[in-house]
Amino acid sequence: MNIEAPPLWSNGPKPGLFYDFPGRSVGQSLVNDHAKTHTMYPTTTGTSVIGIVFDGGVMIAADKLGSYGSLARFRNVERIFKATDEAVLAFGGDIADYQFIREVIEQKVRDDECGGYSKQLDAGALHSWLTRVLYNRRSRFNPLWLDCVVAGFRAGKPFLGFVDKIGTAYEATEVASGFGQYFAIPMLRSAREKKSDGIFTQAEARKVIEEAMKVLYYRDCRGFHRYMVATVTKEGVTIDDDLDLKKDTNWDLAHLTKLL
Amino acid sequence: MSSIGTGYDLSAAQFSPDGRVFQVEYAQKAVENSGTAVGLVCKDGVVLAVEKIVTSKLYEPGTNKRLFTVDTHVGLACAGLLADARAIVDVARNEAANYRAEYSVPMPVKELTERVSNYLHAYTLYSSVRPYGCSVMLASYLNDSPQLFVTDPSGLCFGYFGAAIGKAKQNAKTEIEKLKLKELTCKQLVKEAAKIIYLVHDEVKDKQFELELSWVCAESQGRHELVPKALKVQAEKYAKAALEEESSDDEEDM
Repeated sequence: MNIEAPPLWSNGPKPGLFYDFPGRSVGQSLVNDHAKTHTMYPTTTGTSVIGIVFDGGVMIAADKLGSYGSLARFRNVERIFKATDEAVLAFGGDIADYQFIREVIEQKVRDDECGGYSKQLDAGALHSWLTRVLYNRRSRFNPLWLDCVVAGFRAGKPFLGFVDKIGTAYEATEVASGFGQYFAIPMLRSAREKKSDGIFTQAEARKVIEEAMKVLYYRDCRGFHRYMVATVTKEGVTIDDDLDLKKDTNWDLAHLTKLL
Repeated sequence: MSSIGTGYDLSAAQFSPDGRVFQVEYAQKAVENSGTAVGLVCKDGVVLAVEKIVTSKLYEPGTNKRLFTVDTHVGLACAGLLADARAIVDVARNEAANYRAEYSVPMPVKELTERVSNYLHAYTLYSSVRPYGCSVMLASYLNDSPQLFVTDPSGLCFGYFGAAIGKAKQNAKTEIEKLKLKELTCKQLVKEAAKIIYLVHDEVKDKQFELELSWVCAESQGRHELVPKALKVQAEKYAKAALEEESSDDEEDM
């Protein structure tokens, strides 16, 4: 006769392990060890933003298209906004992220106004702030998918700055994001080099911007004919928000570009 | 005071046998010791005026302001402990900002006042805290509708056409009643508000004071702002002239 004693601690944990609760599959760990994922790609996007400094001010432009991949999804999206009398901002990249940061900035401006003691935020201050926010977000692997162009004044002098989603920041006399970096920047620079003193008047600046926007509309498949231009001078900010390039472009040759 | 020594005034969490909460009444006393503030509603906006008593000549002019901006469209005037009022302003600003974030429109001042007074009321319920020793007046001009609300340390709030809080609120109220508020514009009311503050100021007890004037109105595009300097100077001139006229009338009577 073989009498075996029953196990003393059936289904009990092995030394050093936790009790195996019923209903839990074997080997499943107590903590969620799935990789945490963040924004890996943008959704509805805006394309290039361009800007230049001229004598006594700054001018920036962006078209009004919100693309969903290659689909021209939203055709009246304002990607430029006035933060204060000394700062306008334009954004490329994810439209939702732009709307988020815009709300944050607008409340920031209101807080300062209500406080009554701090001076009005200028473009230099906002650019500096944006570099911190965007760099911080990317350092936590959760970037705001944006290319920001900040235009206006810093300590009374014209200022034009750029920050992108990984926090790369610089200031320059001509700035562009996205496709504009390849198409607009060379145009803006060569126009400036043609001037002996390298200084645009406001009217010249406007002309160069219009020309650059036209080329971007021709060449960039995410470009659009409706666009906005914002101008910041000592007198304040003016925004033209119903500009249209359609009449200025000629697509008669378009059919010839088809691959045979 | 009858409450002293009875032992029922030590905590905001205890009633007296006749149904009063003495701590709250003491807080209201703190409001009544403060310089006067008036708020006037007219057809095109609201004017706020504050008599800021200056206790020393050594203070810089314009410090410790008693007029605040809560949101772009809401102004706040306070009476009572200034430090308490600042804490309230902070709460109000947060409420207004949250509302904007939630609904993406400016917060109606009625709702804002209700939130603020609910907050004040919470501080009348527990033994571990003291009530806020201040009253605030909230003014706004939104969608062509001027509005004025006043809160109280007990957590009550009322809407007004013309209101006064602080030391000389009774006198100020009688002065306000003389005005035909519905027929006046903000520009005219600024002068009247300044006049009331100059009139109710007690020169014997408080030697110096600063007049603070602000408005939210059509003229300021619905934003709460300090009254422009030129207009303020004008209003003060008008107030002083009115005051002199009044005192010479008194002499004739004698």
